[in-house]
Amino acid sequence: MESSKLKREKDSQISDELNELRMESSELKKARDSPISDESYRRSSFPDEVLERVISLLNSHRDRSSVSLVCKDWYNMERWSRTHVFIGNCYSVSPEIVAQRFPKIRSVTLKGKPRFSDFNLVPQNWGADVHAWLVVFAAKYPFLEELRLKRMTISDASLEFLASSFPNFKALSLLSCDGFSTNGLAAIATHCKNLTELDIHENDIDDKGGGWLSCFPESFTSLEVLNFANVTSDINFDALERLTGRCKSMRVLKVNRSISLEQLQRLLANAPHLTELGTGSFSQELTPHQYEDLESVFNNCKNIHTLSGLWEVKGLYLPALYPVSTHLTFLNLSYAVLQSDELAKLLVHCPQLRRLWVLDTVDDKGLEAVGSNCPLLEELRVFPADPFDEEIVHGVTEAGFVAVSYGCPRLHYVLYFCRQMTNAAVTTVVQNCPNFTHFRLCIMTPGQPDYLTNEPMDEAFGAVVKTCRKLRRLSVSGYLTDLTFEHIGRYAKNLETLSVAFAGSSDWGMQCVLAGCPKLRKLEIRDCPFGNAALLSGLEKYESMRSLWMSACNVTMNGCRLLAREMPRLNVEVMKEEGSDDDGRADKVYVYRSIAGRRRDAPSSVLTL
Amino acid sequence: MSPPLLGVEEEGQSNISSPSVDCISQNGLGLKERNYLGLSDCSSVDSSGVSLPEENKSKLNLKATELRLGLPGSQSPEREPELCLLNSGKLDEKPLFPLLPSKDGICSSSQKSVVSGNKRGFSDTMDGFSEVKGSVYGEKNWMFHGANSDSESPQAVGHGKYPGNSGVNVMLSARPSVAQASVKKDGPPNALQERPHATTGTNLKQTGISNNNSSAPAAKAQVVGWPPIRSFRTKTLATSSKNNDEVDGKPGPGALFVKVSMAGAPYLRKVDLRTYSTYRELSSALEKMFSCFTLGQCGSHGAPGKEILSESKLKDLLHGSEYVLTYEDKDGDWMLVGDVPWEMFIETCKRLKIMKSSDAIGLAPRAMEKSKIVN
Repeated sequence: MESSKLKREKDSQISDELNELRMESSELKKARDSPISDESYRRSSFPDEVLERVISLLNSHRDRSSVSLVCKDWYNMERWSRTHVFIGNCYSVSPEIVAQRFPKIRSVTLKGKPRFSDFNLVPQNWGADVHAWLVVFAAKYPFLEELRLKRMTISDASLEFLASSFPNFKALSLLSCDGFSTNGLAAIATHCKNLTELDIHENDIDDKGGGWLSCFPESFTSLEVLNFANVTSDINFDALERLTGRCKSMRVLKVNRSISLEQLQRLLANAPHLTELGTGSFSQELTPHQYEDLESVFNNCKNIHTLSGLWEVKGLYLPALYPVSTHLTFLNLSYAVLQSDELAKLLVHCPQLRRLWVLDTVDDKGLEAVGSNCPLLEELRVFPADPFDEEIVHGVTEAGFVAVSYGCPRLHYVLYFCRQMTNAAVTTVVQNCPNFTHFRLCIMTPGQPDYLTNEPMDEAFGAVVKTCRKLRRLSVSGYLTDLTFEHIGRYAKNLETLSVAFAGSSDWGMQCVLAGCPKLRKLEIRDCPFGNAALLSGLEKYESMRSLWMSACNVTMNGCRLLAREMPRLNVEVMKEEGSDDDGRADKVYVYRSIAGRRRDAPSSVLTL
Repeated sequence: MSPPLLGVEEEGQSNISSPSVDCISQNGLGLKERNYLGLSDCSSVDSSGVSLPEENKSKLNLKATELRLGLPGSQSPEREPELCLLNSGKLDEKPLFPLLPSKDGICSSSQKSVVSGNKRGFSDTMDGFSEVKGSVYGEKNWMFHGANSDSESPQAVGHGKYPGNSGVNVMLSARPSVAQASVKKDGPPNALQERPHATTGTNLKQTGISNNNSSAPAAKAQVVGWPPIRSFRTKTLATSSKNNDEVDGKPGPGALFVKVSMAGAPYLRKVDLRTYSTYRELSSALEKMFSCFTLGQCGSHGAPGKEILSESKLKDLLHGSEYVLTYEDKDGDWMLVGDVPWEMFIETCKRLKIMKSSDAIGLAPRAMEKSKIVN
């Protein structure tokens, strides 16, 4: 989206400035060490205040990390000026260490469980409970304003603690978290007087009813971002209407399914300045008059650039959105069951689209419409409507993928679930769109080859890594031999995240990746024939990575023990099944670097070696 | 019509595809079953999941069947009553292979039906559930390594609620395939913990999705966490399809998804009946979906608003067009669409099928009779 792009540009400008500073600084050092230097020369070249000012403008945590490595002065200046800390693995560091290094934090982003926990591969009580962090924050960062959690466990008690410990608290974002109920949300609504953002997104919530929304006091007016699409039970509509009425700065509103079209219309009448809207159910029976009202209210909302929701969408009512669709840049139809013609009709009105998420009910024909109508498209995600139903054989195929690539040369992010694919199609796609940074292809039948030639899909992913030099994230699927991984190791020089399932022929595959991808940070593997030799070939590599996940592979407990012994700064965790022996296969292995040592909150099913 | 597969016997070859079972799947529905996940239904299977091709083809049927027999503890106790109920009426074939003694006599009788390759038993089950099969069991069972490790955790393997028969098939068939798989996978098959505990995992969501039969959920063995879709999403999509889990005999509010199949078409679709308010709307939507075929449909011929067919009109339709739209009602009977008022129709319709009118002629009188009774 625009603002983040601008931010990136700004950051890169600043990075350039920094590079210059760095060079100057090292020159200064040389000057200082040489016998001819004198104090005045050093001081007049570079006052600390300037350096502090420049560093404080840095937003990217990676840039800040680089800055802090230059020298002790820079390290200190950086740590005192940092206000936002990003912790990609909550167990890689302890809250005490964070608090000690960064005294002035006002915003924290924390990620917890391994990504495969989203797919139920991680036991419930695995960990990543945020409470210990909150306790330290309450002591060290009483002015904390923002907390963004992903895949963490947070209890109602923690939410209450959060609500009452931080008087300045402004923004809470929970994505893919669990452990809490709507009671916790009620606590936030009740006590956080300065809340500007409440973003509850795709979590596992114990939904005890919608009363939490009514807990916002009548005097509360600061909310700018409200996303409760995930909290499905009915809320008190009057309370919501009053809330949106009095929060004049509200710019993001994503309601849940219980909100009808008529109610939506009333909400929008009060909030014409919204920039992001998530509708409720889009299928109520409307009288013509009501429909007109709906159309006119959308007509007034000239600033909406992001649209989502559209649960139970009735294609008949989509035209009401046309006034808004002309300036849409992000359209999330991933919960809207649309057929190809309905999508096609809508897309004619969405020429500015940059990001589109759809269900595969739109079929290849719908994707052809995408290619024809959305030349600026940068991101496409196609989700399966019936992933587990083998009877339903429709969906998208390689034809749709190719059609999009012809029409959308700027495409750089794709997530594509399909039931069949060919090497030729993928090769064509990346020829048309060589700028992929994220390529996630999921052929839903594990180990399925090119359905026309019956060959492995090696050629496809080979083409991806050879053509897309900027590739940072790759998810592979289909029938793949070690050749795919040879290609990845040889060509994917910018690859940071790799997800592999049901692929590969031997240890060699994984060894190629570990030896070859210099920027690899996250490697997650399931159901592949990689064993101890592969695991141990990455000994030196794992410390430069955030984490490694291997499940249902051929790694044994002894292999893991060896890894743990050789690399003391890695935590090697094995998730045991009951009744398995200690010397047998290690079914789930999670390896990550940590400066906090082994974690003390692991459940009994998790063994840290 | 050749007996439906489900390859109880085919499992020895790990289902990947013996040509002999090519397209065995023509079952009474006139649909070609496609099994992308592995059992050797059709030729399409050749291209699917090929990772265990060679070893498995060379294994003999017999051997596999032997392996399969009498694995102690292969069935969790809870299953047995279900098994018996389902199989009691269907055992009419002698077992082909001697059974090993098993703890429970009842258990063995159900094993009998499976082991003997009582395809009829299985096909009865299948027809009864109008579902195609739980077919993952076959060659892909080495996946269960991953799946099984979760069996102790709350999100356990997707074997939660199966009709016992198919469940048995899952378990029994899993063994030999896993044993073979282990040749390649190089790991011992752990005791497959296919216990049917209700799970919060993805499997549970399927029971929501399969809305064809209110009595039993789809038979679907599934790999845990695959395809990789967040549970929130699967839960959400399932609830919108979950309509036919009825409360007090009435479908809940929200979407009413039913599957639509068509004679000769390679695919099924799903439609939300709530998005239509007349037969004509439904008919034109279906026409678009299955666009190469014409639907001789009530409503599109009749006067607007006139939903009830007269006898003569029905005959006209049938003679006048190639296809008719039929539906399966709550009782499991197949009726011509258009008999009853729309509201009543969406409440009783479980599944739609576009049939060749020649196949549907038998339905007409019954439909008329039923509506006469109703009237």
